[in-house]
Amino acid sequence: MPDTQVAAAPRPLAAPRASATTSPARLPATARKPRHKLLGGRWRRFVSPLLLVLLWQAASMAGLISPRTLAAPTTVLASTWELIETGELPYHLLVSLGRVLTGFTLGVTTGAALALAAGLSRLGEEVVDAPMQMLRTMPFLALVPLFILWFGIGETPKIALVALGATFPVYLTLFAGIRGTDPKLAEAAKVFGLDRRGLIRHVILPGALPSALVGLRYALGSAWLSLVIAEQINATAGIGFLINDAREFLRTDVIVVGLVVYALLGLGADALVRLVERRALAWRPGLLKA
Amino acid sequence: MDIHAPALATHDALRVRNLTRRFGENTVLDALNLDLAPGSFTALLGRSGSGKTTLLRTLAGLDDAPPDARLDLPRPAAVVFQEPRLLPWKKIWQNVMLGLPGAGARRRAEQALAEVGLGHRQDAWPVTLSGGEAQRAALARALVREPRLLLLDEPFAALDALTRIRMHALVLDLWRHHGPTTLIVTHDVDEAVLLADRVLVLDGGRIAADIPVDLPRPRAHADAGFAALRRRLLAELGVGQEEAA
Ligand SMILES: Nc1ncnc2c1ncn2[C@@H]1O[C@H](COP(=O)(O)OP(=O)(O)O)[C@@H](O)[C@H]1O
Ligand SMILES: [Mg+2]
Repeated sequence: MPDTQVAAAPRPLAAPRASATTSPARLPATARKPRHKLLGGRWRRFVSPLLLVLLWQAASMAGLISPRTLAAPTTVLASTWELIETGELPYHLLVSLGRVLTGFTLGVTTGAALALAAGLSRLGEEVVDAPMQMLRTMPFLALVPLFILWFGIGETPKIALVALGATFPVYLTLFAGIRGTDPKLAEAAKVFGLDRRGLIRHVILPGALPSALVGLRYALGSAWLSLVIAEQINATAGIGFLINDAREFLRTDVIVVGLVVYALLGLGADALVRLVERRALAWRPGLLKA
Repeated sequence: MDIHAPALATHDALRVRNLTRRFGENTVLDALNLDLAPGSFTALLGRSGSGKTTLLRTLAGLDDAPPDARLDLPRPAAVVFQEPRLLPWKKIWQNVMLGLPGAGARRRAEQALAEVGLGHRQDAWPVTLSGGEAQRAALARALVREPRLLLLDEPFAALDALTRIRMHALVLDLWRHHGPTTLIVTHDVDEAVLLADRVLVLDGGRIAADIPVDLPRPRAHADAGFAALRRRLLAELGVGQEEAA
């Protein structure tokens, strides 16, 4: 049933356009029109943020916003350049990236391993899933005091927090993806001679991938948030330290630089997962012509 | 779970003795006996819920047979389901060669696709195929295994009438070419008479009617004898009276 529905979907959509032009009938109509809109919209979307920045600059120059409250955009730009030149920004950026990469890798590995254990075996489910479902209801950032007691105030609690933030989204989505395997597909694969290993490799895991990639995106967001919180714990390096240090000296310009860097890193990471998604899920109807 | 039914014969005749299957109170197959000659083409008719799919699943080895049943089943067996059941994340040729061992698998898959007229679509993703194309890919996936037993469970029920006619011709072609013992489940009396040498009606958990079709091929609805056979089968299915009038 689902197969036939999906296969039939593009045709009714394309029909009215195909009769007007001789364009390929198979191309879903939705794939084209919104694309142009998106391109036009992309420029329009930058107009209002730009206006805000100009307004901010004007207000700063007019003395309406004191530098103690918020530095002017031009000051922020100058400070950015200065921080880059002195090597401060690259250094702290590398420290933060190191934390997030280590923690994220750890968390994704743990989450995926647990999900595979719970998803692929009954015993694994009984052992792993119940505690995971209980733990996930707790806001993991509430663990910070405990982590400090356990791990001190060095790198360990920071990385552990990032790892924890990444573990749950990956676990939940991969587990759900594995359990959501279409039994009809699994049955067909069995008729055609796939053993348990082949079934996992060719049917279960590829089928769970879309869900798992959504989890990966959540995990990135969560890891990022954890990093920001973790870097408030007595850090001596990293973007969070840069921000805290700047606060002591009322350097709002440096604080803004730190915030912008956090935002850019988040955007970059999200774009990376999107790219992976587009490649790994090339077979999906929505992505076929995108 | 187990793909292999308990007793496997190496010869091509299919023999089922004393097959009973129950779901709770509901006895779907009741000490059923069935014989299919090697290389024969048989259609299985029956009301909805009469147990056609249940029988087919046991013949395919998808469900374990009870220990007191005796089954001699040609192997390898291949199944074409009502839905194509292609893995959406594998290209068509990858779907066809799924589970095939050996280095020549891809070439064999491409040959099978060419045979069902899908050679030009072998690199496509399944979602881009039409219903008929997807079902042809499913046929190729079954054939590439050179099955000695080919089981089809209402394979064309979801297709439009024109596509169905083309699929009928294709199935007959492939059957003549490869010669597997073939059993097609259908609820369409015309389809049964057009395709099969023999039509069985499943009712009350047993083969309630066994009717040979000795019309010359290729067959058409207008042929002498077609209408009579059709009436007889409809009567067996309990819709004869109104239809015959
Ligand atoms: N796994 C199952 N569990 C319980 N009842 C089943 C199951 N499979 C089939 N049945 C029942 O067995 C009967 C025969 O089903 P089926 O073989 O699918 O019929 P058909 O294919 O002839 O339409 C139906 O009443 C159906 O509800
Ligand atoms: Mg059925």
